[in-house]
Amino acid sequence: MSTVRIAGGQGFWGDWVEAPYRQVTGGPIDYLMMDYLAEVTMSILQKQKSRDSSRGYATDFISQMERILPTVVDRGIKVTANAGGVNPRGCARALADMARKLGLAGKLRIGIVTGDDLLERLDGLLARGHQLANLDTGRPLRDVRDKVLSANAYLGAAPVVEALQKGAQVVITGRVTDTGLTLGPLMHTFGWTPEDWDKIAAGTVAGHIIECGAQCSGGNCLNDWKRVPDLARVGYPIVEARADGTFDLIKHPNTGGRIDVPGVTEQLVYEMGDPHTYITPDGVADFTTIRLKQAGKDRVQVSGVRGKPATDKLKVSIAYFYGYKAVGTLVYAWPDALAKAQAADRILRQRLQDLKLEFDAIHTEFVGANATHGPLALKGLDADALPEVQLRIGVRSPDEARVDRFTREIAPLILNGPPSVTGFAGGRPKPEEIVAYWPALIDKTLVKPVVEIMDV
Amino acid sequence: MKRRSKPRTVQLLDLAHARSGDKGDTANIGLIAKRPRDYPLLVKQVTAARVARHFKGMIKGPVERFELPNLQALNFLLHGALDGGGTISLKTDAQGKVFSTALLRMTIEVKR
Repeated sequence: MSTVRIAGGQGFWGDWVEAPYRQVTGGPIDYLMMDYLAEVTMSILQKQKSRDSSRGYATDFISQMERILPTVVDRGIKVTANAGGVNPRGCARALADMARKLGLAGKLRIGIVTGDDLLERLDGLLARGHQLANLDTGRPLRDVRDKVLSANAYLGAAPVVEALQKGAQVVITGRVTDTGLTLGPLMHTFGWTPEDWDKIAAGTVAGHIIECGAQCSGGNCLNDWKRVPDLARVGYPIVEARADGTFDLIKHPNTGGRIDVPGVTEQLVYEMGDPHTYITPDGVADFTTIRLKQAGKDRVQVSGVRGKPATDKLKVSIAYFYGYKAVGTLVYAWPDALAKAQAADRILRQRLQDLKLEFDAIHTEFVGANATHGPLALKGLDADALPEVQLRIGVRSPDEARVDRFTREIAPLILNGPPSVTGFAGGRPKPEEIVAYWPALIDKTLVKPVVEIMDV
Repeated sequence: MKRRSKPRTVQLLDLAHARSGDKGDTANIGLIAKRPRDYPLLVKQVTAARVARHFKGMIKGPVERFELPNLQALNFLLHGALDGGGTISLKTDAQGKVFSTALLRMTIEVKR
């Protein structure tokens, strides 16, 4: 095969429902790649599974597949998706049931990738001296062990390749990296070996560019944003890759959006970290070697990518129960909108102090003035001209009762605080549970990916 | 014919575009020169120390800078920028999505 086309269909769980359908029907593709998992998604799925053992996967995947599966099977398009969450087998069973209902019995082979879930193994790992220390703070996991809700190692492309080699048409995984879902098909198609570090890096860069869906094809693009054509019908990105590791980014004809060098550059730098060492389970990519070239309208060529050997660790994403937070808002109108909101903030804080209510954090923003750019936005601001300002104040604490008491202090300000206030139709804010994220590392030798096949 | 005159002050918004996001409690800002010839200006003037001063009061940790001459881009890591980050944060911009445009408010000096 001279080129292979991998289409990005979902950048996160909740992305555009139309995108997978348009990618499958808008022109020729070989693979559809769909990313569903964010860091805290796993804990939400773990909670769902604890209530109902058949759940714990991205249910949107099933309804999206229902719409495209007949075409996918008919055209031989392969699908890689980390929609399995903490229950890839349950996700595969749901897909198989749906495929049979669509009359596709005997026509579909599903690959299932597991082995990433470490929740049941945590105590054993800690007992054998694996600290699973927090990568940011250095704290050992035992400090929060009793609050852990989910723990998953990030698997790489290898089990995806294995599933494809076994003939799977749809590969459903647990916590496989976003980039592995693109790199796996490339390794499978071109026979790249796991130690061909430059090609592994190239496939990883391809995955990084399309893992956020339309964010590389005109969506959320700051450069010349007013002239990005027809975002209403934005085309999601497609990697058209060659065996030598170079690839073009394209989109289907007659779609909106734009694929150009500045836009692709914006996506390359997105959440990149140290560009010399973009670490995945599969290898280390050096983003300072990437060459971009406009190779046609809505076509950017990527070449030159160099890689380095993989590390001997895997990243582990752990979610734990942290406590509670609540955020309340009130809107103040001209004149003196900002001054009124600031006065209300002072009064509220005084009342919390008088009640001896202490929190881990109290955070105030004046939306319309400083919420996004902080003090930078207040320099030179004509505050008197602001037609309205929203006071937005939040607290967090391990103690739910304290957070709940805070929520009762917002509404009274309407009648017993500064004037010209409105916007309380939503009622009293509710304390929400905070699930926090704990990144750690584990030796690769301790995690064994498992690949199973399910024939429909 | 070009004439030399006093440097003038230009906002980064006119010279660069940017995108930002999060890594835990760290904001990651990529700053990209609109024209390749302006990249050296960014390298020279938009230093880690200058960015740390620009965001004073908004970040608690240090600023790291990485150079990508191949993309005419600089990448900045602003540590302690997101009130704990992710789900813990009480900020509207808990994921650092618009730190990018906050950086573009900075001014630098341009000859000509």
